[in-house]
Amino acid sequence: MKNIKSFVFLFIFLYIFWLLLNPWNWQALLAGAVIVALISGIFRKYGEILAQFKLNPKSILYSLIYIFVFLKELIKSNLDVAQRVLSPKLPITPGIVKVKTNLNSDFAKTILANSITLTPGTLSVDLKGKFLYIHWINVTTEGIEATSRAIVGKFEKYLEVMFD
Amino acid sequence: MQLVGAIITLIGSIFLFLGALGVFRMPDVFNRIQAGTKATTLGTMLFLIGITIGHTDVVPTLKIIILILFILFTNPLSSHALARAAHYIKTPLAEETVRDDLAKDEDRKEP
Repeated sequence: MKNIKSFVFLFIFLYIFWLLLNPWNWQALLAGAVIVALISGIFRKYGEILAQFKLNPKSILYSLIYIFVFLKELIKSNLDVAQRVLSPKLPITPGIVKVKTNLNSDFAKTILANSITLTPGTLSVDLKGKFLYIHWINVTTEGIEATSRAIVGKFEKYLEVMFD
Repeated sequence: MQLVGAIITLIGSIFLFLGALGVFRMPDVFNRIQAGTKATTLGTMLFLIGITIGHTDVVPTLKIIILILFILFTNPLSSHALARAAHYIKTPLAEETVRDDLAKDEDRKEP
């Protein structure tokens, strides 16, 4: 069952890329299906990471919300960078802080680390088990709990629903 | 329609310029990576979207979607690798730095 799930996820993932790269006539679609099926059969071990995504309506809904939350944070972070760079005094109080995450799956942690890098003033430096080390351009909180809430909290509540 | 595309492309290039300025002005490697990553991600995305809006063909649009996806996934990844490597070889941090939990945790392990 687990094998089938990772095969299907890898197939869908690769087939989307095939569709984006090739013209949409029935010959290309058929050839793509055969080739993608072959590849995802051979490499289905690597589909296990993709298969950590839960397949139910709630998690799909949360993924869509997550995309908008993420884009909002991306724009905010760019305005933040612009504001810091353009102000003559260069207002930064940087530091590397440690935060704790409750996520278990590797896929979720990858997306979390990537999202943190693209949100205002934070850059993930290292990941050790359940702890993320984050370079924060404007350190305002003390202690792991408060820092985790400030940085990880807004993404974690969505990712918890989306992944195993 | 082409005017809208041109304006979005312009906004994208302004963000790219601010990113470059950030790399120039920030005091140490981590702050530079910060400014560089964020600005280049959104800047390049807006740049590509602006080009797409100018076009009406479907195939270039789909390819630009692929480009945006790859940038969105690989840009933070590369900056993460750079930051980790920089910290591992003990690159000095800026004078303004207030704390460094990672160095603290690593020193504890070494005898």
